[in-house]
Amino acid sequence: MAFRAAVITFPGSNCDRDMATGLEAVSGQPAIRVWHGDADLPSGLDLIALPGGFSYGDYLRSGAMAATSPVMRAVIAAAERGVPVLGVCNGFQVLTEARLLPGALLRNAGQRFVCRTVALTVENASSPFTAGYAAGETIRIPVAHHDGNYYADAETLDMLEGEGRVAFRYAESCNGSARDIAGVLSANGRVLGMMPHPERAIEPAAHASLGGADGRRLFESVLASFATA
Amino acid sequence: MQVRVLVRLKPGVLDPQGRAVHHALEGMGFEGVADVRVGRLLELDLADGTDEAIIRQMCEKLLANTVIERFTIEGVN
Repeated sequence: MAFRAAVITFPGSNCDRDMATGLEAVSGQPAIRVWHGDADLPSGLDLIALPGGFSYGDYLRSGAMAATSPVMRAVIAAAERGVPVLGVCNGFQVLTEARLLPGALLRNAGQRFVCRTVALTVENASSPFTAGYAAGETIRIPVAHHDGNYYADAETLDMLEGEGRVAFRYAESCNGSARDIAGVLSANGRVLGMMPHPERAIEPAAHASLGGADGRRLFESVLASFATA
Repeated sequence: MQVRVLVRLKPGVLDPQGRAVHHALEGMGFEGVADVRVGRLLELDLADGTDEAIIRQMCEKLLANTVIERFTIEGVN
């Protein structure tokens, strides 16, 4: 059985091609491209990826309009069946607006768009997305966002930490996120939202500023969990 | 019927936009500004007699994100 991954494109998505290219580079299989207006997803998916960008122009709140689009009803249903769902950057914002993940992404505390490669600490190395990393490992992944300041109330933050649902943390403060949280997992560990862009760190670059390859293992982890499923 | 929905960040949620406006006012020389919070006003033109419970659903499902925001509904006429 070939690995089947779908990449959703919303109006205003701009990292969908990077996501598809990254998935294809790691899996050797073409990523299936799905438009936001599609009410149904292709059958038998092994991964659904929500890419970065500015869906619907970030109208109302980042991710709010996309969360109501027809395809998201199908994504929510698939997530409930246990299909792994990865949301990166705007995709993370969509997942919180769709209530597939707790919390919300506020405007960066410094008010500025942050675009650079940051160090992350891997907090959970046992999910389908992170099993290829070692817990406590430091990796370098690019960020590029204006609304990446993760917020949840103290009770929710304690719950996330207590259940091992913080996947990644910024090694140093990046955008004001509560407890420096960069990525969170759903209760069953099969939905991951993260602000940093693993799809921009897929191959060793000629220059260190061009991403690096630390994101590759995230996709390899998903592939490995598919192979053993 | 016209309805106004006022959406505001909950108390305690950091408002970088409000803080920037606050600093700008101080920079312009206005004194005595203790705090500024930026919210959002939505004006809805609804069918007469729309139930307030329906308007609340609109707010909770889309117009406000109740994780970070609170809302008030105000009838205009």
